[in-house]
Amino acid sequence: MFYRENGQFKSSYRADQQIFPIRQDRIFIAGLLVLAFVLVPLLASSYFLQAVLTPFLILSLAAIGLNILVGYCGQISMGSGAFMAVGAYAAWNFGVRTPALPLIVQILLGGVFATLVGVVFGIPSLRIRGLYLAVTTLAAQFFADWAFLRIPYLTNYSSSGNVSVPALSAFGIPIQTPVQKYLFVLIFAVVFALLAKNLVRGAIGRQWMAIRDMDVAASVIGIRPVYAKLTAFAVSSFIIGVSGALWAYIHLGSWEPLAFDLNRSFQLLFMVIIGGLGSILGSFFGAAFIVLVPIALTNVPGWFDLPLAIDTAAHIEHMVFGALIVFFLIAEPHGLARLWSIGKEKLRIWPFPH
Amino acid sequence: MKHTFKLATAMFAVAGALSAMAAPAAAAEDQFIPLLAYRTGSFAPLGIPWADGKMDYLKLVNARDGGVNGVKLSYEECETGYATDKGVECYERLKAKNGGASGFDPQSTGITFAITDKAILDKVSVETVGYGLSQSANGAVFQWNFPLLGTYWTAADTMIQDIAKKVGGVDKLKGKKIALVFHDSPFGKEPIPLLEARAKADGFELQLYPVTAPGVQQKSTWLQIRQKRPDYVLLWSAGIMTPTAIREAQAIGYPRDKMYAIWWAGSENDVQDLGDVAKGYNAVTIQNSAEQGKVHQDIKKYLYDKGQGTDTDGKYFGTISYTRGLMISMLQVEAIRAAQEKYGKGKHMTPEQVRWGFEHLDLTQDRLNQLGFGEIMRPVKTSCEDHMGTDWARIIQWDGKKFKVVSDWYQSDKKFVNPLVKELAAKYAKEKNITPRTCKD
Repeated sequence: MFYRENGQFKSSYRADQQIFPIRQDRIFIAGLLVLAFVLVPLLASSYFLQAVLTPFLILSLAAIGLNILVGYCGQISMGSGAFMAVGAYAAWNFGVRTPALPLIVQILLGGVFATLVGVVFGIPSLRIRGLYLAVTTLAAQFFADWAFLRIPYLTNYSSSGNVSVPALSAFGIPIQTPVQKYLFVLIFAVVFALLAKNLVRGAIGRQWMAIRDMDVAASVIGIRPVYAKLTAFAVSSFIIGVSGALWAYIHLGSWEPLAFDLNRSFQLLFMVIIGGLGSILGSFFGAAFIVLVPIALTNVPGWFDLPLAIDTAAHIEHMVFGALIVFFLIAEPHGLARLWSIGKEKLRIWPFPH
Repeated sequence: MKHTFKLATAMFAVAGALSAMAAPAAAAEDQFIPLLAYRTGSFAPLGIPWADGKMDYLKLVNARDGGVNGVKLSYEECETGYATDKGVECYERLKAKNGGASGFDPQSTGITFAITDKAILDKVSVETVGYGLSQSANGAVFQWNFPLLGTYWTAADTMIQDIAKKVGGVDKLKGKKIALVFHDSPFGKEPIPLLEARAKADGFELQLYPVTAPGVQQKSTWLQIRQKRPDYVLLWSAGIMTPTAIREAQAIGYPRDKMYAIWWAGSENDVQDLGDVAKGYNAVTIQNSAEQGKVHQDIKKYLYDKGQGTDTDGKYFGTISYTRGLMISMLQVEAIRAAQEKYGKGKHMTPEQVRWGFEHLDLTQDRLNQLGFGEIMRPVKTSCEDHMGTDWARIIQWDGKKFKVVSDWYQSDKKFVNPLVKELAAKYAKEKNITPRTCKD
């Protein structure tokens, strides 16, 4: 009843090709944006903004990046932590060596470097597939860990190998308070989500999906696997690199290679799988699940004043979290995004299901 | 269909719970002390006794003295698992609770680095007893950091001094080979600048052996050590890396009494399972946390005899890391007390007032005796310039059953430490656009 598209006619190609062809979706998204840009900064506490929403948005961005590679192009990668690290350290190096460079340019240059590294580590994908590729992308992870620990130039000869960013500002506006940080990250997340959505709808996205579904058939119909695979690696690592720079600059402020270790790669891969392979919205769901659920679980004993030792709480948290992952994947192997679209279909035919 | 609805309700429940979290906690008259801890993960063997000690001392102050001049202490633990992002989350959650956190002891070098920048803006003190940013001893630049009682540089210097004593004088160090086996992270790399400076001045050769975290794979490192035969090995490890290193040393026949460990690798739980294998193993200790003092008896009397101790298994009470936890909390409580002397006894202190307290700690031997720490540590006095206070340290040695104090007190050689503090603090101030305070008032 609420979600019926009766009477919504498209009379131009333009109208037919919108990202959200259904009016209800447009209203919903507009409402969501108003909520995110206006209401949340006004209402949420600084803890919620800084410790919950900001990391959630940054990792959503990273998940979008990885989803392009894994979900849309079918190239499994376990090196996303490395690409985040490259983005972070490259951005930081530009910042340190040319402080005049605007913050946003620094972050985007971080993405550019991640792209270069991503393409280099994407080359094996031209010969190998599936799990074999996953293993070779691990090399990126080990290489990044090694490089940022061992090459002193990359950390500007910092004695401990730890680097930190100076006070940030963009367009003369300081990015210091939780609200400013949140909005800064939100703008990145929204812009990149839109870009990604449009890319995967376009010609290049269709090439990626063709490669994913069957690369031999794709090449028979004239899709060049080299081009498709390497662009997927490039776009994916660019977005991941930008999110790495944001993670380092905005969320941590000071970091060491451990912030981008193998666990981060796994975390991102889980986000993509739980959220839904091949879905931009799913990346947000996945990030929400992986970032927010553990935080919520750690806070549970506090809300109810349960006298629970923190180590017990931490173990319970891990168990519940693990159980939830298993449950979700059994209930819906296609991820949370699929649940969402099932929900939409149900609403469409409600109240007369057939 | 049914699934979908169940899931939807579950998700709404999570969302509702998250928004409930946003409600700020009511300000209370209690003095709030956040306790970051890692009771899980690869560093848990070190983290558990440390956290127990920190909490027990706060409990003791409440039970024995009724708080600090009548102001009760409240506290909340937050599990970091030694992960920086979790630590940042804990910090954000606890920094403003109950009228403001009195100070953070993050228990981790990585978390210290990350929250140092945030603490300046939030105006909360960061208390790092024996770790953290070594250059933050310079209080003019690092207004909110307090690396009390010593840093990794003073520890490294103490080790070199003890080695020099063993070989018969600093001049005999010439031509010797000293290896540093370190956890490959900022924690492990901290001592390198000081050791390099000393190697240059004293003429010994410094060999660096990084070990990838968490430190369970050290075979190749120790094979290299067997090949290069350093005269002494300094061990910068923590958690699981320590017993592994000792076993590897045994495997290649490297004498354990030529090994010197940093304080985080020198507690009973690192060696007691090894027993005689670790015999002769040396560690430097901040102050004298190998001893026990009156404070332990008090804790036994007021807490454990009444079943209120934190260490419910009774496994860690009185161990070195536990005692270090006590010291950390004691310094925190004394900072609050010092602040109350200035801003009003029996009142709740704001984080900024507690910072003043940290900067004006003056614990004389008499005062330490009163507190029950007379045997455990030596007097400390902090000032605006000197946020470290003092850096007495000693060497302890494992005899197969327990740690014995085997050296006199050492203080680091300021000739090596001070230039580094100055140089790196200045570098930090430049990077962050901080104008150092003049420290006149």
